[in-house]
Amino acid sequence: MKTKGTVTGIVSNLVTVQVDGPVAENELCYITLGGTPLLAEVIKVNGDRASVQVFESTRGLKNGDQVEFLGRMLEVTLGPGLLSSVYDGLQNNLATMQTVFLKRGEYTDPLDHGKLWDFTPIAKEGDVVEAAGWLGEVKEGWLPHKIMVPFSFKGKYTVKKIIPEGQYNIDTVVAVLVGEDGSEHEVTMTQRWPVKVAVKAYKEKPRPQRIMETGVRCIDTFNPIAEGGTGFIPGPFGCGKTVLQHAIAKQGEADIIVMAACGERANEVVEIFTEFPELIDPHTGRHLMERTTIICNTSNMPVAAREASVYTAMTICEYYRAMGLKCLLLADSTSRWAQALREMSNRMEELPGADAFPVDLSAIISNFYSRAGMVVLNNGKTGAITFIGTVSPAGGNLKEPVTESTKKAARCFYGLEQNRADQKRYPAVNPNLDENVEKGWVKKVLNAKNILRRGREANEQINILGDDGVPVSYHVSFWKSELIDFAFLQQDAFDSVDALTPMARQKYMLDLILSICHREFEFDDFEKCREFFKELINDLRQMNYTAFQSDGFNEYVKIIDNKIHGYGN
Amino acid sequence: MATKAYQRIYTRLESITKATVSLRAKGVSNEELAVVGGKLAQVVKTRGDLVTLQVFSGTEGIPTNAEVTFLGEPPTLKVSEQLSGRFFNAYGNPIDGGPEVEGEVREIGGPSVNPYKRRQPSELIPTGIAGIDLNNTIVSGQKIPFFADPDQPYNQVMADVALRADVDKIILGGMGLSNDDYLFFRHAFESAGALDRIICFVNTTEDPPVERLLIPDMALTAAEYFAVDKNEKVLVLLTDMTLYADALCIVSNRMDQIPSKDSMPGSLYSDLAKIYEKAVQLPTEGSITIIAVTTLNDGDITHAIPDNTGYITEGQLFLRADSDSGKVIIDPFRSLSRLKQRVQNIKTREDHSQVMNAGVRLYADAQNAKTKLENGFDLSDYDHRCLEYAKEYATRLLSIDVNITITEMLDTAWELFGKYFTKAETGIKQSLTDKYWKGR
Repeated sequence: MKTKGTVTGIVSNLVTVQVDGPVAENELCYITLGGTPLLAEVIKVNGDRASVQVFESTRGLKNGDQVEFLGRMLEVTLGPGLLSSVYDGLQNNLATMQTVFLKRGEYTDPLDHGKLWDFTPIAKEGDVVEAAGWLGEVKEGWLPHKIMVPFSFKGKYTVKKIIPEGQYNIDTVVAVLVGEDGSEHEVTMTQRWPVKVAVKAYKEKPRPQRIMETGVRCIDTFNPIAEGGTGFIPGPFGCGKTVLQHAIAKQGEADIIVMAACGERANEVVEIFTEFPELIDPHTGRHLMERTTIICNTSNMPVAAREASVYTAMTICEYYRAMGLKCLLLADSTSRWAQALREMSNRMEELPGADAFPVDLSAIISNFYSRAGMVVLNNGKTGAITFIGTVSPAGGNLKEPVTESTKKAARCFYGLEQNRADQKRYPAVNPNLDENVEKGWVKKVLNAKNILRRGREANEQINILGDDGVPVSYHVSFWKSELIDFAFLQQDAFDSVDALTPMARQKYMLDLILSICHREFEFDDFEKCREFFKELINDLRQMNYTAFQSDGFNEYVKIIDNKIHGYGN
Repeated sequence: MATKAYQRIYTRLESITKATVSLRAKGVSNEELAVVGGKLAQVVKTRGDLVTLQVFSGTEGIPTNAEVTFLGEPPTLKVSEQLSGRFFNAYGNPIDGGPEVEGEVREIGGPSVNPYKRRQPSELIPTGIAGIDLNNTIVSGQKIPFFADPDQPYNQVMADVALRADVDKIILGGMGLSNDDYLFFRHAFESAGALDRIICFVNTTEDPPVERLLIPDMALTAAEYFAVDKNEKVLVLLTDMTLYADALCIVSNRMDQIPSKDSMPGSLYSDLAKIYEKAVQLPTEGSITIIAVTTLNDGDITHAIPDNTGYITEGQLFLRADSDSGKVIIDPFRSLSRLKQRVQNIKTREDHSQVMNAGVRLYADAQNAKTKLENGFDLSDYDHRCLEYAKEYATRLLSIDVNITITEMLDTAWELFGKYFTKAETGIKQSLTDKYWKGR
């Protein structure tokens, strides 16, 4: 029998419920408000009183209202049709909701039950399979979507029956499996999985090796992220966190992209689902939306569902990873998620940690980041989840709990800087603030970084001693670093050519720029030096706006070559 | 809101703080309204039978035996065309001596728009101010605050922007307005002959602070009526959101909540987002644009209020007194409109974004030159040109008293580039300099 209860206290979306039976931590329940069921999750139990966070507005709720517990945790439905969908944090399909305003208690089905999929069996009758084993395949857009043994199945199973090739809907029983104890289990194209539990149906998690190309120069060349790596982008508002993330989403070399808009602006999400269906994936030539799932819990949507949204997104990635695909998870912003945790902790009157965040914040964050990574599946194939989250530090101060906790958990750090943003030097990734522990550095990059560092030092000296107070060589050092900054690090995310720089072009440009930087230059005075480099910078920037190796591009190569050889004349 | 017959009246308060009262009562629903000793209050917390009410006008003079009746519904506003041209207090009651408004009763602070049903904002709102139109173009459906020190003329700028904007309705939500400012707005709207498209909800400094909490929801409920039901373009002005946040702080403090940064409630982000996210471009023609004011303490944007606001809004407009030009300018460094790419070069001339970036970059160079000058160093020829440029740029483009078209702004910028710099120094795409370059 299901546990029931009654409401005994309400503070905003935290509701206390007196229960008449057993309840589990994170168990779901429905609170009935005048005939409308409101979904809620248990977050604390004390005697026969359970504290639940309600995923909806609690306006109008009364003490004495009835509660029914569901005996399960928050789950997502996994199956063909997840891609190109727009879900809220609880995986309700936002596209199938009828009204302009979100209606409380309206829960929509995440997947289309009527749609037919071309099914091809992979397993044969008599095969022995285990959780996440591939039974068959459907084409989801252009991607091979594997129908798997549900992750929740424990032990080994024998395939008793599998349906032949054909068109079926997601509710069709595609296989019958027999367990070691002789019990029979029917498997459809869908399965459910609790979002807060990591999917562990793989063989091992090796160290990530390959670099994931993003098309963003200051990431790929200077601070590359590995396939299966984790990174985060902290920065004050207006420094371009979201623009950088969108750029990565548009160009990232991945099979699947899941974007979790977690407590951020609705207009930013609208931008994704208005633009992505039009945009072409530079790697496959298909529409971007075909490989994208959006989890959208904007800042004005209920705070508890915001917390759920990042887990929902991660679980969907884990599902596709088990098919041997490369997934990229982008969460904007993990700080809002942390704030949702803070709001609940605060309402439960827990003793607070730093800045009133819950004391286990750091543990929760590292636990979440650890779900990303490259894995070797049981069948020897590999899949990966690369995770990049943004962090919005309060007041732009990186010494706050969320940034510090994330720094411990994530391997790449893309620090955006107010100073650079003020000077409109986008992307505002500070080249000297970056720490990157991923392997595979080329000597050239270190060299370029060193030129940047020397340039910064020279600039400090110039600022202290004045233009005339330092030798002209200091100016040369400084301007060489400006050359790298302006022509390579800065990139225009809104220019059709400059926005995406494939690795080949990045290598070409870096070679060209370094070849300039490695030359010795002598000038009569610093004015001449500045003039010379400003012109070079301008030419290189024009190159960035021109298609790679086009006539116009080669024209600039010649101009630059002439300038370098003819300088001083 | 008269009491109804056969309604239970409670007469024993368990506890009273400056902003809240608690009593034992049954069958009370969350967020419903009540009358405590003649004052309007709202349920904010229940624990067993113990109900905590937030009293909007403060608890001064409320005795422990005050009569309490529950009204059974959350705060509402009557909406209809009759709202136009009227002035209301925080409860939606007229303060202009006119008759009560008849219309449909709507709960304020209602649900949010399904993000999937939104449309991408794409319509330019020209203001004539180059600091906005040129550098930080505003788009309908956007939400953007002015960040300003209390001594800046932000209310005047906002009134200018509102009256020049091409919108169907202007709704002012005034929180903690001084009586002067209230009369200023009234006069500005009247003398512009715009009264028929204006609606005001006003809480002045003379009114109790907690009442302010109702103002944004009242204004936005009216805005949603005109935008959703009437397909109109609505501009909502909210001033001053810092005082709104202060009122939130008072209530959470009286409810013994643990404060987070700058003694603000931990839910400040969500509370502000609920208001600002009402800005929307609807699938029909209707839209809600929000321009707000957040006053700063000596330009400190790291304080929790401006900081959280900045993370929610689509940019900010930063007002600053500029000593070089002697004018109040819209600071090009700290200001940003996140939606400007939606209209720049699309609804405006093709050179807009490049001219904007070059203009600001050169202005930044001028600031470096200024630092050099202040530190007693010799200036280069380039530095001198930058400084001259900066002065003219601030006077002719950044100053808030500018009122010209966007094409005029672009032409002015090209004129300044040509006067002080070479093409290479501006770093603008060659195809554009070929077409628009003036001078050398």
